Amino acid sequence: MYAYDEIDRTLVNERVSEFRDQVKRRLSGELTEDEFKILRLQNGVYLQLHAYMFRVAIPYGTLASNQLRALAHVARKYDRGYGHFTTRQNIQFNWIKLAELPDALADLAEVGIHAMQTSGNNMRNVTSDQWTGVAPGEIEDPRIWSELIRQHTTLHPEFSFLPRKFKIAITASDHDRAAIKIHDIGLKLIKNEKGETGFEVLVGGGLGRTPFIGKTIKHFVHGRDILSYIEAILRVYNQYGRRDNIYKARIKILVHELGIEKFSREVEDEWQHIRNSSLQIDDEVIEDIRSRFTYPAYEKLPHMPDELRQAAADPGFEAWRKNSVAPHKVQGYSIVTVSLKPIGAPPGDATAEQMDALADLADKYSFGEIRVGHEQNLALPHVAKRDLPALWKALNRLGLATPNVNLITDIIACPGLDYCSLANARSIPIAQELTRRFSNHELANLIGRLHINISGCINACGHHHVGHIGILGVEKNGEEVYQITIGGRADESAALGNLIGPGVKFDEVADVIEDVVEAYLALRERPEELFIDTVKRLGVEPFKERVYATR
Amino acid sequence: MTSPLEQKKIKIAGPSVVTANRTWDGIVVYRTAANGWSAELSEAAIVRNSDEAKALLAESVADDVGAIGPYIAPVRIGEDGKVQPGNLREQIRRTGVTIGSPVQV
Ligand code: HEM
Ligand code: SF4
Repeated sequence: MYAYDEIDRTLVNERVSEFRDQVKRRLSGELTEDEFKILRLQNGVYLQLHAYMFRVAIPYGTLASNQLRALAHVARKYDRGYGHFTTRQNIQFNWIKLAELPDALADLAEVGIHAMQTSGNNMRNVTSDQWTGVAPGEIEDPRIWSELIRQHTTLHPEFSFLPRKFKIAITASDHDRAAIKIHDIGLKLIKNEKGETGFEVLVGGGLGRTPFIGKTIKHFVHGRDILSYIEAILRVYNQYGRRDNIYKARIKILVHELGIEKFSREVEDEWQHIRNSSLQIDDEVIEDIRSRFTYPAYEKLPHMPDELRQAAADPGFEAWRKNSVAPHKVQGYSIVTVSLKPIGAPPGDATAEQMDALADLADKYSFGEIRVGHEQNLALPHVAKRDLPALWKALNRLGLATPNVNLITDIIACPGLDYCSLANARSIPIAQELTRRFSNHELANLIGRLHINISGCINACGHHHVGHIGILGVEKNGEEVYQITIGGRADESAALGNLIGPGVKFDEVADVIEDVVEAYLALRERPEELFIDTVKRLGVEPFKERVYATR
Repeated sequence: MTSPLEQKKIKIAGPSVVTANRTWDGIVVYRTAANGWSAELSEAAIVRNSDEAKALLAESVADDVGAIGPYIAPVRIGEDGKVQPGNLREQIRRTGVTIGSPVQV
């Protein structure tokens, strides 16, 4: 966990009283909506179809149990009893009243939670691998660096009025769980030959209307230089970025138009000017941040406790363990993913009761810590293996142990036309229907790892471009139509999916996906060949044939 | 969301209303004939040509404290005279999410 210092606490509290005043002036008519809009967006407040939406940041996806309880409290007191965890390590509340927002913000501020950097053309909440600090094989805990970047960029004038929003993601593992290749800047923590810590820096990734996979701009930037290097990138972006055209304003467009070579030369020039400035990071600064992260006092525990051996006889437990429990860097412990994808329910929603109960379970079994992943699931990062059976039973009672992590029903979906004012089509009901179609666990298991991602418009909040199967809702003559892509992926081998053919209607989507999956089962060389690998081997054609032959 | 300014150019194709979200709590509201806002579509002022639409929109935009983001939305009027939303988006705004809430409201 990270302990915020006094400066942060003061800042957060000041923001709350400032916003309280702004809301008051808005409600009295002293501020017009035009004047107020930018102020509310700076505090995470959007307008959706039915109400205001309130987006709260969960920096690097780490939550303490008391913070999760505070989110539950906000859901219960100011909203309709639930919240929605998003692909950007945020939580959104869908039914907040403007008049009550200052109170909600104040309640969250008490536990160090805020909504800064969740909207607007600024540096957004830096996202991380949700297993940072606990995954085996990490170079080091990347949250130290996320925190450094967060401190440097929060409310920094140069980063507050960018041509467009700006997103950074960071990982320290070879297996990329933070989707760094689809972010404006992706950082991979590595060591050079001399054993020094630094970063491979990627730039220009992004989804939306014009998707791009990020490209490596520099293979190694020393840790002490990372702020100046990021700043150099941002300066080049600030200088050339297209402020005139919202569709061309993201850095990905600039990198694409200039070409990565020219772009990197520009950055290099800029960097040489500022590299040896005050932006160079002293070791003490890093050590200070490091010292604010506390790690649990792990016990010395056996690799295979009796409790686990006994529970293995229970098929229900085994089904859950196989896909929800991952290895931990400390022997005798596990990382447990908590599925927010029950069959037939909206992906990523959690009720206040579930949040409270999970906070209790985190206290009991995970040193009071919870993580939020970009797949819209939660995780308990430090569970002793001997506690897994008891934890499973408790999660099961809460509806939080659906054994589907990374399987076909672990769907990522944006709010779509049920909530979002930008949507062209619904996303959540498509996800719900698909989870029902594939609700049989044996079938889902037989299919194996398969990610379905759904967005309700081209903004791609559901990451449809990088879903193994991507579903994009569009509108055609007043009707919802869905375009289906296959072959995308969001990990270290990130790729954009390819369209399989003409769009299909709302009622046909689940049938089409069933056809795609049946085609895969018939085409795969062996059971271990994942959907994504079969698509890579054979291309789109055989799937297209199967889907459209009879349509 | 289409801004009211852009909509000035828009010709309406049939009966329409002006809808927005109420400022203090964000709920969906419709402009009434009595220069106010109502949560009931049945109380909305119906406009039938672009001059009427423009006038109703202008009046709505001016009431910035009452509601935000006003725009013209199509409606259908049934044989019984009942007003219904003219498209899926407006249907969802009127009746709520199509997916059931995870908790009983
Ligand atoms: C409902 C209110 C929301 C609104 C109005 C909204 C708006 C947008 C817009 C306009 C973009 C495109 C920005 C661009 O390309 O420059 C975008 C991108 C994105 N949104 Fe949302 N969004 C909403 C909800 C969500 C939710 C619920 C999630 C997570 C599930 C999410 C995650 C993302 C992500 C990951 C992108 C990234 C695509 C990229 O950066 O290239 N958004 N959003
Ligand atoms: S993808 Fe479109 S519909 Fe979905 S949340 Fe983003 S803006 Fe809304």
